[in-house]
Amino acid sequence: MSSHAKAAEGEAPQFYELVPHHHAPHGSTQIGFWIYLMSDCLIFASLFAIYGVLGGNFAAGPSPAHLFNLQLVAVSTGALLLSSITYGFAMLDMDEGKKTGTLVWLVITGLLGAVFLGLTLYEFYHMIHEGAVPQRSAFLSAFFVLVGTHALHVTFGILWLVTLLVQIGMKGLIPANRIRVQCLSMFWHFLDVIWIGVFTVVYLMGMLR
Amino acid sequence: MTNEFWSFIFGRLTWDVLPLHEPIVVITFIVVAIGGLAVLGALTYFKLWGYLWKEWFTSVDHKKIGIMYMVLGLIMLLRGFADALMMRLQQAIAFGGSEGYLNAHHYDQLFSVHGVIMIFFVAMPLITGFMNYVVPLQIGARDVSFPFLNNFSFWMTAGGAVLVMMSLFIGEFAQTGWLAFPPLSGIEHSPASGVDYYIWALQVAGVGTTLSGVNLIATIIKMRAPGMSLMKMPVFTWTSLCTNVLIVASFPILTAVLTLLALDRYVGTNFFTADFGGSPMMYINLIWIWGHPEVYILILPCFGIFSEVASTFSSKRLFGYTSMVYATVVITVLSYLVWLHHFFTMGSGASVNSFFGITTMIISIPTGAKIFNWLFTMYKGQIRFELPMMWLIAFMLTFTIGGMTGVLLAVPPADFVLHNSLFLVAHFHNVIIGGVLFGIFAGINYWWPKAFGYKLNTYWGKISFWLWNVGFWLAFGPLYVLGLMGVTRRLRTFDDPSLQIWFIIAGIGALVIAGGIGAMLIQFAVSILGKNKEWDTTGDPWNGRTLEWATSSPPPQYNFAFTPVIHDNDAWADMKHRHAQRPTEGFMEIHMPRNTGAGIVLAGVSVVLGFALIWYMWWLAILSFVVLIGAAIIHTFNYDRDYYIPVEAVAEVENARTRLLSGAR
Amino acid sequence: MSRFAKLLFVPLVAPLLAGCNAVVLAPAGDIAVQQRDLIIIATVLMLLIIIPVMALVVLFARKYRKGNNAKYEPNWDHSTQLELVIWSAPLAIIICLGAVTWVSTHLLDPYRQLGRIGPDRPVAAEVEPLEVEVVALDWKWMFIYPQYDIATVNELVAPVDRPIEFKLTASTVMNSFYIPALAGQIYAMPGMQTRLHAVVNEPGTYKGIAAHYSGHGFSGMHFAFKGVSDSEFDTWLADVRTSPDMLNRQRYLEVEKPSEHVPVMHFAGVESGLYTAIVNMCVERDKMCVSEMMSIDEQGGLGHAGVNNLAPELYGGGEKNRSPFGPQKTYVAAICSTDEAIAMTAKLPALKAPNAAPLVGKGLTRPEMVAQSNAPALDWLAGKLAFNQNSPADAL
Repeated sequence: MSSHAKAAEGEAPQFYELVPHHHAPHGSTQIGFWIYLMSDCLIFASLFAIYGVLGGNFAAGPSPAHLFNLQLVAVSTGALLLSSITYGFAMLDMDEGKKTGTLVWLVITGLLGAVFLGLTLYEFYHMIHEGAVPQRSAFLSAFFVLVGTHALHVTFGILWLVTLLVQIGMKGLIPANRIRVQCLSMFWHFLDVIWIGVFTVVYLMGMLR
Repeated sequence: MTNEFWSFIFGRLTWDVLPLHEPIVVITFIVVAIGGLAVLGALTYFKLWGYLWKEWFTSVDHKKIGIMYMVLGLIMLLRGFADALMMRLQQAIAFGGSEGYLNAHHYDQLFSVHGVIMIFFVAMPLITGFMNYVVPLQIGARDVSFPFLNNFSFWMTAGGAVLVMMSLFIGEFAQTGWLAFPPLSGIEHSPASGVDYYIWALQVAGVGTTLSGVNLIATIIKMRAPGMSLMKMPVFTWTSLCTNVLIVASFPILTAVLTLLALDRYVGTNFFTADFGGSPMMYINLIWIWGHPEVYILILPCFGIFSEVASTFSSKRLFGYTSMVYATVVITVLSYLVWLHHFFTMGSGASVNSFFGITTMIISIPTGAKIFNWLFTMYKGQIRFELPMMWLIAFMLTFTIGGMTGVLLAVPPADFVLHNSLFLVAHFHNVIIGGVLFGIFAGINYWWPKAFGYKLNTYWGKISFWLWNVGFWLAFGPLYVLGLMGVTRRLRTFDDPSLQIWFIIAGIGALVIAGGIGAMLIQFAVSILGKNKEWDTTGDPWNGRTLEWATSSPPPQYNFAFTPVIHDNDAWADMKHRHAQRPTEGFMEIHMPRNTGAGIVLAGVSVVLGFALIWYMWWLAILSFVVLIGAAIIHTFNYDRDYYIPVEAVAEVENARTRLLSGAR
Repeated sequence: MSRFAKLLFVPLVAPLLAGCNAVVLAPAGDIAVQQRDLIIIATVLMLLIIIPVMALVVLFARKYRKGNNAKYEPNWDHSTQLELVIWSAPLAIIICLGAVTWVSTHLLDPYRQLGRIGPDRPVAAEVEPLEVEVVALDWKWMFIYPQYDIATVNELVAPVDRPIEFKLTASTVMNSFYIPALAGQIYAMPGMQTRLHAVVNEPGTYKGIAAHYSGHGFSGMHFAFKGVSDSEFDTWLADVRTSPDMLNRQRYLEVEKPSEHVPVMHFAGVESGLYTAIVNMCVERDKMCVSEMMSIDEQGGLGHAGVNNLAPELYGGGEKNRSPFGPQKTYVAAICSTDEAIAMTAKLPALKAPNAAPLVGKGLTRPEMVAQSNAPALDWLAGKLAFNQNSPADAL
């Protein structure tokens, strides 16, 4: 460090940027959103930890084996994974500047998300209907909150997606909208990754336990 | 019908919840109300509302937001300290059958709210204020990465503070201690509004803190001036980076755990209940996984401030920059591996306890290295004993003691006798006051001229300094002693009369600290209102070394007309040393973010949402939630978020500075 | 700076001023004595580095103040030797302290049975430790002496030099059991049991406190701990046995209700299994014990039969505080065995058979049917994962 001061003694270095370099618009947005996602990831990490600790405490009530239906979950998982692919197509179309294609693929993505959400709510409804309510045991509390938080994220993702559809419709694929599509893309794939964790830890391992 | 109607509208909010039977609270309310009305009246009379709204409340300028954070922190300091004084008085008189002057209901709220306010609404805003103000200047940026988010974060923090303050007059605050351990904080044992205030105040403020952490990390990663590699960043920026990493990596856990506690309370789930398979221990683990990094969130930026102060006032490069940086990073990582030391006494087993005890001790190695680095920065320097430097010396002498008692508490068998004792209370006040608060005071004295263009009054600053130092030891020395006498914390009454003398000394100490706070307020008043200000025309009153001193005091809205290019980690010292010439022509228009009221609106609605949830006004909760989402969506339809400062305006500001500089030289 | 120096001495000298009042520094039990020694050793070890640092701070602050004409090297910012020292000196101290910590944490583990009752005084083989079962109540302490079939509230008496084995739990909220003169504290928590081993060496009356804040009546929740001779202990036992009060489940539920500043109570007899019931939170006879619940859970719960196995929880004759969106407060009702629970299942009206419902996320009435309906998926999984052991379908 101190060598620096000595070495540069003779030269006349530049101390101010007289011609400003051009910042890409929204240059920080992606990394900022990434960091936000990591913080969100920690919320899920806490919920997974809770589920890991409390997931076996059935309070002499029903256990995963009594409650879950893998076929149903397989369908909803399929819908969510597929929606990630269709989101990818939307991104490809956006890169080529195809507004209609982007919108169509986004709509399909949203619909698949809605299918996922519907199936999750359906599952919840039936569990509650049978008396397997979140209040019945710590396991059920942890289950409803972990899966429910994910579902809540998907809900907000769909809300965001609809908003974006309107905004792209109004303004087209302007840079400000493109960055939003990119951020939503990260969010959407993030939810997919979380769901793979939920599917494995809650459903598969729950059935095997 | 009417009854049902009113309980639908107001939930469980009735006249009975107003603490009209508590004369102390009523008098406080009257005083606050009169003071508040006076302030509001004055603002209206002098027609300042428009100015405040346009120039401050809706501002996205990181400097103004930083100052607003500081104001929030200082106001809340007065509240938190008033609580401390009341506790000291109670403990000084409640002996030998005397109940003192506070009942359990009031006293138990006091120590809970004191902790919550001091950590969340004093230390955090003050720290965030510094990071907001200084970091963009130190890295040669014009603002943070997400200026609107910054404004929103501030108002969310302020919103949390508003909720806590409301609890003083409407209902009650938690009577659970500052971390609200279940099962005590569950609905069964704390059915009233107190814990709900706790939960929603922290949730609202927590959103702000997390987003501000995201913002500052992105800023530091993406917005550094050309040439500023990571290892050329000023140490304060480094510590800010680490602190914000800690914020982003720990506050979500708090959010999650408080959400679960809220679900237990509102929906009747069984996360932290003792039956139905719930686990109160899980709450304690999770809250401390947030809680321990939290103390490093507070102390790291203060280490940064002290690093800047040490090198500036020793007129010398910082000794061991590289090891300083690595020490900071090591502390950041280690702070996640020590949380269990907060509950050695809960029967975790010897191997677990010793693991966490030893990891805790290991943290003292990088911390010790930092102390040595400041020490050797002073070595062969020319030390100017201005106020920030005095705070540094006081910090080094006080904090080492606090660190020592901390390591002592990290030895599990020693912790068994000292845990929950007043020794522990003395320890954490020793590090939080001696470390965090002293750092904040050093920072205030150091950066005040940058923010306002003139130095703070030295006379009153020194009085405040000595009162704080003497007061601190008078107040907390006796607590160390009492801890060794086996006295535990949060007690409202005592039987053993031989303890009283120590509590009286501690009470006197608290009064001396009150004098220190008073002197500090006088210092501000004298400096702001006084006629003979020590104006700073150069922008560099302390012969500083980092980039914030390269611009004017106070800096122009855009910070730097031309982005500086960095060649050395003491960038400004290097520029001065090599006679860098400040460009005086060839200005260009500057791209800046536009002010927006969206932040204050969103935060305001969040406060309403929190209030509705606390008082079970479900219609209002649903309504405000819908409005919150709607307002956020509407905000995204605003694409017109920036503008250009025209060349002429930049030139005018810069030419004025050129004239000032030539006059000054 | 000299004023600083004076201030610094306050915490160091103060304990001396406190004299014999500083019970943590002058305890009466061997465990607490060892913990005291540890505090002193650790403090001295740390002072080895703290004192030189503080001296250097003052020295450098004086010597290098501006205008003192000491040597000034504004660019001196690195020295490998110094860096080595400033990292290795604290490291060395921490290595020593870490070793002390590791050893002492294991030796003074509150769960560890005592090997000695004092320096060079091993526990004699024939000595039977005194067992005390501690329950933290709102807001008083209950002590059950299982060996003597007596119990007390807010009074703990133990013979000198006889090892004491505490088992601790709490009725509602967390608390911490702390007798500074005897040994370090340990938490008492509902539904859980912690342990503490200690011995008192000097006769006397000492303060016992609740160290962890537990609510409204916390400040009044303390008790007298008396170390007495064997004969005095016998006298005391006889005295307690004269009490007309007996501690059965009914009486416990009365005593358990929140109360403050509770005077000493004596119980001449204790219903057998009461403490176990308290730990397992099933003093009310129709409530399922935690241990039973855990063993049922380990076997996979009770399925849908368990959903309805709840009884409304009443507290002091009324309903407990209820969550605004929660159902009525209930607890899991006791059952004697899993077989009986399964028998209960048979009595329940059968739900519709879920034949067409693999896609219906509906749980099934009986375990065998769950196994059947899920068998294809599980078989497939078992095949995929080469799940060799018990087929999970069988396990169900």
